[in-house]
Amino acid sequence: MRLRGLNLRYVLRRLGTFVLTVWLAATLIFIIPRLAGGNPIAAMVGKISVAAGGAETAHSGALVAAWDARFGLNDPVFVQYLIFLKNSVTFNFGFSITDYPASVNQLIGAALPWTLGLVGLATVIAFVLGTGIGAFMAWRRTPSLIRSVLPLSLTFTAVPSFMLGLLLLWVFSYTLGWFPAGNAYSLGVTPGLNLPFLWNVVQHGILPALTIVGAAMGFWALSMRGMMVTIEGEDYMVLGEAKGLRPSRLFWRYRVRNSALPQVTSLALNLGAIISGQILVEYLFDYPGVGQLLYQGILNEDYVLVESIVFLLIVATALAVLVLDLILPLIDPRISYLREVPR
Amino acid sequence: MSDAVLEVEGLKVEYQTSSGPAVAVNGISFQVFPGETLGLVGESGCGKSTTAMAILNLVQAPGRIAEGSIRLNGTELSTLNPRSMRRIRWQEVALIPQGAMDSLNPVVRVDSQIAEVIEDHEGRQRFADMHERITELLGMVGLPARVGRLYPHELSGGMKQRVCIAMAIALRPKLLVADEPTSALDVVVQRVVAQTLLDVTQRLGMAMILIGHDIALQAQLVDRMAVMYAGSIVEVGRVESIFDHPSHPYTQLLVSSVPSITERRRRPSDATVREVHHRPSGCVFRLRCPQAFDRCRAEVPAMRELVPGHVVACHLYAGGSGEPAPAEAAGHV
Ligand SMILES: Nc1ncnc2c1ncn2[C@@H]1O[C@H](COP(=O)(O)OP(=O)(O)O)[C@@H](O)[C@H]1O
Ligand code: SF4
Ligand SMILES: [Mg+2]
Repeated sequence: MRLRGLNLRYVLRRLGTFVLTVWLAATLIFIIPRLAGGNPIAAMVGKISVAAGGAETAHSGALVAAWDARFGLNDPVFVQYLIFLKNSVTFNFGFSITDYPASVNQLIGAALPWTLGLVGLATVIAFVLGTGIGAFMAWRRTPSLIRSVLPLSLTFTAVPSFMLGLLLLWVFSYTLGWFPAGNAYSLGVTPGLNLPFLWNVVQHGILPALTIVGAAMGFWALSMRGMMVTIEGEDYMVLGEAKGLRPSRLFWRYRVRNSALPQVTSLALNLGAIISGQILVEYLFDYPGVGQLLYQGILNEDYVLVESIVFLLIVATALAVLVLDLILPLIDPRISYLREVPR
Repeated sequence: MSDAVLEVEGLKVEYQTSSGPAVAVNGISFQVFPGETLGLVGESGCGKSTTAMAILNLVQAPGRIAEGSIRLNGTELSTLNPRSMRRIRWQEVALIPQGAMDSLNPVVRVDSQIAEVIEDHEGRQRFADMHERITELLGMVGLPARVGRLYPHELSGGMKQRVCIAMAIALRPKLLVADEPTSALDVVVQRVVAQTLLDVTQRLGMAMILIGHDIALQAQLVDRMAVMYAGSIVEVGRVESIFDHPSHPYTQLLVSSVPSITERRRRPSDATVREVHHRPSGCVFRLRCPQAFDRCRAEVPAMRELVPGHVVACHLYAGGSGEPAPAEAAGHV
């Protein structure tokens, strides 16, 4: 099969850009902490010993040396860099400093499904709802009752997401007791592909999901509405009306179809970013996702973990942009990377 | 009751502006008869497009029809409900818009844009019938069937304009309003596309209002001509009559200064813009008229028939004691 509007050269060039982006990201992530100086292992050992009783232990020097070797910090920088690059592209991030001997892969692997499920679903729902609300807000034929209610749904966007989350927690968890206050599932249930477990997960996910949807929906609605209004005066809209087309046709095929193109572009960028989770919301609901992990990593100065998450975020965003560029000719016929345009 | 396809009477269209209403069309009246082509000429900004949109009841905000009556095949449009108005659009009057370059939906293929208007007015069709009909329409304007599968951005300006013509005749309306259909094209293509337009309307027996700012080009295309200045129609007549005996001082100016090809670009006149927003007392053309006299300041000239079918709004032909009889003054002797 051949994708519309694409040629091999373009796809190869685009893949090249992707590889370059990932390489640059990896290199920067390698360089920046080393510029900052300091020895994270010495710092950590120091912290541990303080926690263990305050005094410098006799072995702490040996401990630092052993761990330096374990993390490869004694190798020449160039060797470190090559090993780092190889590990990065194979997504082998090594060991977490704070959670040693847990590997970063294990930590992220455990958190990622929760984040993808929660933040991914919530982002898509917010996109669909928000875009729909924006479209109907801009439509003259929307019943006036509905039209006056639609903007109310955007008030949540004006509130910061953690405030909205707190409000939801207070009302639906503490006061009404309808939903659990935190975590992804109850401690008592055994994870597995069965209905009781899934239902338990859904119950835990509803409040954080509502928070994300409520906070994001308004942005989608406002940009969609703005686009719909901008398009209204376009020559093709006027001609569509002159043609006496059915109002529903004018709405969907003329206005929504043309307004939605920029929305899809922003959605792709947002989907790339969900991989790093939603720090505030995950923290608030004690949700075991990547955002929570990132927060803990920052708190513990576990920069192997933090770097890995940032690297994943960059790869995912670059990937989303790559996919977007490849599918754009499918949704907007004006975009074509073919050499010649048929005349 | 006359047999006119379109009768416009006392049409007045205003745009709401920050400095009060601008009267873009000031009480104009004219008729279009079956099968004829009426030219509407006047410099940029005189209200031609506004008139065109008013006929489809599509004047864009902040404009509105303030007064007047528009009867299309005997139906009064000003009192029509939106649903009936939608049905009349394209079935009885179709438009070739001024901005035809951007008038096609950019994300929909050409054949679907023709199909949608057929479907929304005549209901669903069998695919084969629809395909055949679209191919025939494209053929009538000199386009091969494969153009149907293209998107607007894949067409040249001339092709887009032809697609617009094919679309306009899809439902065989009795009246076509073509707003400067060729002014965005280069000179060679202009002629060819204008000819296609004339051929098609003649073949289908459609009446047409052909709007333009170039009186020389119009003269070769239309049967009758209405000359517009700052929102008013100042002279109407058969082309030969107008060119042989241009009577209104503004028409005389247009005819005598038929611009050379290089000058045929749109030149919005400052005077027109000023006069649309601050109408002078008496005759609208008074401030630019070389023959203006006292009465022009005091009184708006009424339309007068010089010879049958040739009318003019100018005090020079008002008759009365001591003044030349209309026909004489215009040289119709
Ligand atoms: N959207 C608008 N707002 C205010 N005034 C307008 C608008 N559109 C047109 N006009 C005024 O109406 C007059 C007629 O415009 P138009 O019908 O487009 O003229 P034409 O088609 O003859 O060039 C112009 O002088 C212009 O000042
Ligand atoms: S009425 Fe007077 S000002 Fe107007 S065109 Fe005739 S002569 Fe000129
Ligand atoms: Mg115009």
